[in-house]
Amino acid sequence: MTSARSTLQVEGLETYFFTKAGVVKAVDGVSFAVGRGEVMGLVGESGCGKSVTGFSIMGLVDPPGRIVGGQVLFNGENLLTASEEHMRALRGSRIAMIFQDPMMTLNPVLRIDTQMIETIRAHERIDHASARQRARDALGQVGIPSPDERLRAYPHQFSGGMRQRVAIAIALLNKPDLIIADEPTTALDVTIQGQILYEAQKLCRELGMALIWITHDLAVVAGLADKICVMYAGKIVEQGLVDDVLDHPVHPYTVGLIGSVPSHNPRGQPLAQIPGMTPSLLNLPPGCAFRTRCSRASGICEQEPRLSEPRSGHKVRCFHPCLEGHA
Amino acid sequence: MNTMLEARDLTKRFVKTLDLAGKIAQKLGAGVREEVVHAVNHVDFSIDPGEVVGLVGESGCGKSTVGRMVAGILPPTEGKILFKGTDVAGMDDADSKTAALQIQMIFQDPFASLNPRMRVQDIIGEAPTIHGIIKRAETAAYVEDIMLRVGLDPDYRRRYPHQFSGGQRQRIGIARALAVKPEFLVCDEAIAALDVSIQAQVLNLFIGLREDLNLTYLFISHDLGVVEHISDRVIIMYLGRIIEIAPTEELFKSPNHPYTKALLNEVPRLDARRRDFAPVAGEIPSPIDPPSGCHFHPRCPHATERCRNEVPVLKAVAPGRVSACHLNDTH
Ligand SMILES: Nc1ncnc2c1ncn2[C@@H]1O[C@H](COP(=O)(O)OP(=O)(O)OP(=O)(O)O)[C@@H](O)[C@H]1O
Ligand SMILES: Nc1ncnc2c1ncn2[C@@H]1O[C@H](COP(=O)(O)OP(=O)(O)O)[C@@H](O)[C@H]1O
Ligand code: SF4
Ligand code: SF4
Ligand SMILES: [Mg+2]
Ligand SMILES: [Mg+2]
Repeated sequence: MTSARSTLQVEGLETYFFTKAGVVKAVDGVSFAVGRGEVMGLVGESGCGKSVTGFSIMGLVDPPGRIVGGQVLFNGENLLTASEEHMRALRGSRIAMIFQDPMMTLNPVLRIDTQMIETIRAHERIDHASARQRARDALGQVGIPSPDERLRAYPHQFSGGMRQRVAIAIALLNKPDLIIADEPTTALDVTIQGQILYEAQKLCRELGMALIWITHDLAVVAGLADKICVMYAGKIVEQGLVDDVLDHPVHPYTVGLIGSVPSHNPRGQPLAQIPGMTPSLLNLPPGCAFRTRCSRASGICEQEPRLSEPRSGHKVRCFHPCLEGHA
Repeated sequence: MNTMLEARDLTKRFVKTLDLAGKIAQKLGAGVREEVVHAVNHVDFSIDPGEVVGLVGESGCGKSTVGRMVAGILPPTEGKILFKGTDVAGMDDADSKTAALQIQMIFQDPFASLNPRMRVQDIIGEAPTIHGIIKRAETAAYVEDIMLRVGLDPDYRRRYPHQFSGGQRQRIGIARALAVKPEFLVCDEAIAALDVSIQAQVLNLFIGLREDLNLTYLFISHDLGVVEHISDRVIIMYLGRIIEIAPTEELFKSPNHPYTKALLNEVPRLDARRRDFAPVAGEIPSPIDPPSGCHFHPRCPHATERCRNEVPVLKAVAPGRVSACHLNDTH
């Protein structure tokens, strides 16, 4: 999975926040790769470091946060040593990010056409009319009806789902190689989420983009992604192909998460819940961060578990992975 | 046997009053009118004692408005609510106070619904003491008992809400509701704001409490997986109207209404891998200016002329099942 062809290869990424109260290791040694046309799901509960991972790749980490280690290779080039000017040129053209709140992308006081045309012309010498045509096409591509008319609207004239489509259309304008989508459907209704997932999947297949889909919802990843990384307390604890991870989870946390999904369990029966809650990442003690909630924990779990690969392409960070009953 | 709760022809309209600019425009004769939102439009349903009824639908379809009317914190514009067979609007003071205690509501945002300046022991112990359910001297022991029941450490009784996590705050909200010994809980998106692993814990708590205390729930959620798990029966709403009611298993196995079908089709499932999404087209229309006839007709693949003109009424389609779609008349 870490072939030379990967669009993005993240190696040992560490992003820490140096706050007055202490150090928050929001991203602590994260590695993964995504190739052309591939969808990777990055899953975990709130505060585990998903968004900071996305921001780190985009070069958008602000103080007191700092990337303190690792590499982010984009088409082979390490972005962590790139100049801010170069990063600005990449953002919005080769790499784009979509957020849970589309207003992070949209400017409330500018018409949609103004914003879209500016985005195109910031990265390319192209006349106004052609830029407008491309903006129109992008709106059509994400399923916005009567795009000519909608180009002249302001963001507040759209519903939440439509606004998210516009944000996606803007992300697509310059046909990026990589899109990082940070919970873009979490605030949307099921039928609207379905529409957005459909567009994302279609675009990925048609344009061959690499897509990182950040979510707390395992079921969304199941339907969309090729591979999956499960994150807990700043670390990826399990990663592999979607079928491997969801059908044969080996990390106790993944097993617990899957057990927590109601529709996956007999109706009315108590769910196999994980006890306790996610730890604060502030001054987190060393060792496996899951050990206070883990039924398999032993003395050795106070040390740092390394990533092992019990099956080809399926990695886990645990001293006692759940391998019983697996070939 | 009496039903626990019955809603008859329940309706709520909100009038959006004009802002200053609107009022001036109106004075100048610009023909600006006050907007009326048909939040809940003539709905009928009943809930049996001990039953868990799920109420689902997309944002703005009127779920919370139904819940708040049922819980007695929002007066209906039309229609009535019967609690154990008696119209709550016609009850005398004593009965209406009893009903108000017996029906409790649990909200989505555990933080906003808890007084930040009160200690947990007072949040839980206040209402039962005031209403004479327990004596003041018994309060401490009573609070401890309820805290244990909802999975909170009684050692934390002197803490304030901000000193708890989201899941713990939701437990405090549940403890506060249970403290007045209710029979009926209206849970409005009660686990929506929580993380997956904490959602499972609180859902388990609801399942356990139902058995231990013989509670009845109206469980409002936009999450079909959660509703499927906890409910005996499910009510589906679309734009202020009920469009289908069915026992949970039957509903998920063979939905009747085209909207229910579309909704179930969109629910992401763990075992549906790299699927081809085939979403229902179109946006959810505004309740200020809903489509004529069947509200779903602009998005429905089966819509006919009749659907544009005539409102389909809820009709029995199988024992214990109703659905509001003209297709049910044609075969
Ligand atoms: N106090 C109010 N004044 C005006 N309109 C209101 C008021 N309360 C609710 N509404 C409107 O009534 C309709 C139904 O709202 P309600 O809160 O019941 O929806 P809901 O189904 O609970 O949605 P959600 O899933 O977003 O919680 C919406 O169009 C809403 O904007
Ligand atoms: N600006 C900041 N200052 C300090 N800590 C931060 C900041 N931004 C994020 N964090 C911390 O980093 C961790 C990961 O956050 P985030 O990536 O946003 O989580 P999520 O997985 O929910 O997206 C959390 O513990 C969060 O509190
Ligand atoms: S390393 Fe130990 S504590 Fe951590 S998940 Fe594995 S068994 Fe549990
Ligand atoms: S009544 Fe007509 S528009 Fe409405 S759901 Fe049935 S077929 Fe579709
Ligand atoms: Mg986030
Ligand atoms: Mg609501």
